[in-house]
Amino acid sequence: MELFNLTIKEAIEGLKEKKFSCFELVGSCLDRISTLERKLNAFITTNKQKAIEEAKRCDNLINQNKDIFIKLPLLGIPVAIKDLFSTKDLKTTAGSKIINQYIPPYDATVVRKLIEAGAIIIGKTNEDAWGHGSSGENSDYNPTKNPYDLTRVPGGSSSGSGSAVSSGECLFATGTDTGSSIRLPAAFCNLVGIKPTYGRVSRYGIMAMASSFDTIGHLTKTTWDNALILEVTAGQDSLDATTVQHEVPKYTDFLGKSIKGLTIGIPKEYFVTGMDHKVEKITHEAIKKMETLGAKIKNISLPYTEYAIACYYILVPSEISSNLARFDGIRFGNERETFGDEAKRRIMLGTYTLSAGYYDAYYLRACKLRSLIKKDFESAFKIVDIILAPSSPTLPFKIGEKADNPLQMYLSDILMCPINIAGIPSLNVPCGFSENLPIGMQIIGPQFSEGLLFQVGYAYEQETEWFKIRPKL
Amino acid sequence: MIDKKNIPFRRDINIATNRNYIPIIGLEVHVELKTLSKMFCGCSADYFGHEPNTHCCPVCLGLPGALPVPNKKAVEWCILIGLALNCDVPEISKFDRKNYFYPDLPKGYQISQYDMPLCVNGELRIKNSEKWETIRIRRVHMEEDTGKLIHIPDGTLIDFNRSGVPLVEIVTEPDIHSAQEAKIYLQKVQQIIRYLGVSDADMEKGSMRCEPNISLGEHNTKHITQNTNSKLPNYKVEVKNINSFKFVEKAINYEIERQKELLNRGETIKQETRGWSEIKSCTLPQRSKEDAKDYRYFPEPDIPPMRWDKYQVESIKHQVPELPDAKLVRFMKDYKLGEYDANILTTSLLIANYYEECIKYLISSIKDNTINTKTVANLIINKKVNITKTTPSQLIQMLSQKSQMSTLSDEELEKIIQSILINNQKAVADYKSGKQQALMFLVGLAMRETKGQVQAEKLRNILIVKLI
Repeated sequence: MELFNLTIKEAIEGLKEKKFSCFELVGSCLDRISTLERKLNAFITTNKQKAIEEAKRCDNLINQNKDIFIKLPLLGIPVAIKDLFSTKDLKTTAGSKIINQYIPPYDATVVRKLIEAGAIIIGKTNEDAWGHGSSGENSDYNPTKNPYDLTRVPGGSSSGSGSAVSSGECLFATGTDTGSSIRLPAAFCNLVGIKPTYGRVSRYGIMAMASSFDTIGHLTKTTWDNALILEVTAGQDSLDATTVQHEVPKYTDFLGKSIKGLTIGIPKEYFVTGMDHKVEKITHEAIKKMETLGAKIKNISLPYTEYAIACYYILVPSEISSNLARFDGIRFGNERETFGDEAKRRIMLGTYTLSAGYYDAYYLRACKLRSLIKKDFESAFKIVDIILAPSSPTLPFKIGEKADNPLQMYLSDILMCPINIAGIPSLNVPCGFSENLPIGMQIIGPQFSEGLLFQVGYAYEQETEWFKIRPKL
Repeated sequence: MIDKKNIPFRRDINIATNRNYIPIIGLEVHVELKTLSKMFCGCSADYFGHEPNTHCCPVCLGLPGALPVPNKKAVEWCILIGLALNCDVPEISKFDRKNYFYPDLPKGYQISQYDMPLCVNGELRIKNSEKWETIRIRRVHMEEDTGKLIHIPDGTLIDFNRSGVPLVEIVTEPDIHSAQEAKIYLQKVQQIIRYLGVSDADMEKGSMRCEPNISLGEHNTKHITQNTNSKLPNYKVEVKNINSFKFVEKAINYEIERQKELLNRGETIKQETRGWSEIKSCTLPQRSKEDAKDYRYFPEPDIPPMRWDKYQVESIKHQVPELPDAKLVRFMKDYKLGEYDANILTTSLLIANYYEECIKYLISSIKDNTINTKTVANLIINKKVNITKTTPSQLIQMLSQKSQMSTLSDEELEKIIQSILINNQKAVADYKSGKQQALMFLVGLAMRETKGQVQAEKLRNILIVKLI
């Protein structure tokens, strides 16, 4: 089996048992990048030279001390970092031409934590510029392709991350999720993607899109891999005032526990008209599978769901318009004319909704609505343990299919945005295929319930093993 | 005095000034806190005179991805200032973003406070020409300073050392009615800030800045603003770029006259921001003419709101020292000092504390009733004692010796000298035969007998004369 096809769990075991070296593992991924990048366009920058040096250094460490993995749980594992994350001395573009030459003088906290755990940065992945989008088509560096079908989108905004993990160009990749951006690429690329609770993982060093919505997560092939990474990245950060003191449990310990007796809520508002029949069918089969695993299914309602898009598209652009103000072309970057159309659209919209005379009608009102949407979930979690929902109303769509119509793109956010509005965690797990295209489902829980989400995801994953269906590249 | 050459309007028109205009002035004061670190990052807040862009980090440079974390000490000091100005501290407070573009504002917004400031509804009493006035404090809030622009022939340089330094803004109601009153208010605020030890509050160095808002009201009751806020004029002129108390007075007086002339000619005054020109001694419209700015304030999402319980506020309140006015009253009462002297002694906390240490030492250690609180006061006020070099105990001892020295009368001295000469014939004879040491011996005896109250030189001279 090719090394790039290994899960992190298998890779760590292999490195421990000296079945192969870091050098070989990283080399396998680098070869994959060389072979596939023309087709995929998942990376903006590759870190080949440094990655090889690091791999050699890791091999030395392993040779000197075989117990090194206790201290460095991700030693030698190649990771791709979404280009929204600041990486010291490594070009960071946010998928935008505005900072096409920007080299950060510091690492994001999450990057630092991953490096300190031994992971090797293999490159910076492509994305919708500034996180604005859910397909990857808003990148200033051309869209990324879906490894399962090169004519289709891999989902966004962490498009490059989804494509890179799925194709074997790395063993895991980081992402951000403000309104879909980890879960959708995970669903479209047959991956496990975590959108953690807001405040669970530090945002320091990651370019802000919407400060009160942005969450920091990652994409992996399996649930176990995903749980391990969260053990490393989660935790309070003194450099991010919105992170919380909440203890970080050993997430991998949740895996393997039975889900018998767990109540799963199915919100009727999430199975919207206009949803692809195949997606709906597969999702219902997944729900049935949960029942065979012992879970109880309950129908619930989240009545404010229909207002979530309006709420989202007022609050998020408002924060965007402010967060992008620092790109004035004076200290770094090109002039503001360089912004892409979507960025300009959001800046204008956000400036308008915050303007005097409009603040009360739009921003303030949306804030109040936000509380109601949050309350919907709080009420639901009083009667169910977790909520299950599709990740997308459609199969991965063709490049250009939705790009002409921004409104249609927004509709694919219906299933995603309420979760960001409420600040709760959601895990995408693969739940099937249709026309050889991946379908994912969300396991949603109350704040800080990531352990439970992994538990449920793992139980389902062990029964179905969808992750074993690799793209034919 | 107005420089007539620079007023851009005609003065040859015959003006009937039978209207009694009352200046209505509000003051905005910015105070730079002397915390160790900046408001939202760990960089040093000490920027004055340092090499440009050496006290910076991703946060205060506004680099992508950087996040603000509030400086706890700065926030506490803001509340301290508010409490010293008799403000209320509401239970909940938050930061907001004030959005605008300027090269010295790296994030494109300033983190400030908009509708939920840390302190509200205070007051400060000032004495203007023997009359006490109450100036209401609308709010005291926390914000961050911008970088500094330095204009050179080729363009403009930006130094971000100052970016992110903590600033406290103190805003009054428009309760001030003359330039003199404004100056007194500013001096009192400066004194209080220095008493609290939270800032150097130096106008020349920029650690205290003032922007007056000036308009003229047509009513002839002085306290209109306190009773009838709705009768405020529908405009106000903000004046920037003033860096001393003297210029505050001048700028306000200039504005009052300028506005008077315009109103007397029946013109309406537009709401605007003007800059004080030191060179021309007048205010000028600012070159960047803006419409009423829309800062698109919204709550700062990167900083959770703050909630204060009464214990926290009480604990900060205990840190407010005895303030100048109270100290003045106490000094007059406890130390029986006149207002003038007590005022000088309480100008700075350092001197006031030094004085009290002296009195404490006087009472506990030296039982000398020739020295009293007034003598000590006089010495410090008039002799300009170097309080860093002379400790309170040293000062009192010195005073004590001096007073004892001066209690020896000429007759008593004469008696002592005679007695020494009579009782030490051999020494006298030795000296007369040329032995200088004998004189030294006699001087030594005299010093002992006079208990060091007379200078050695004086004793020597007396003896020499006596021994001729």
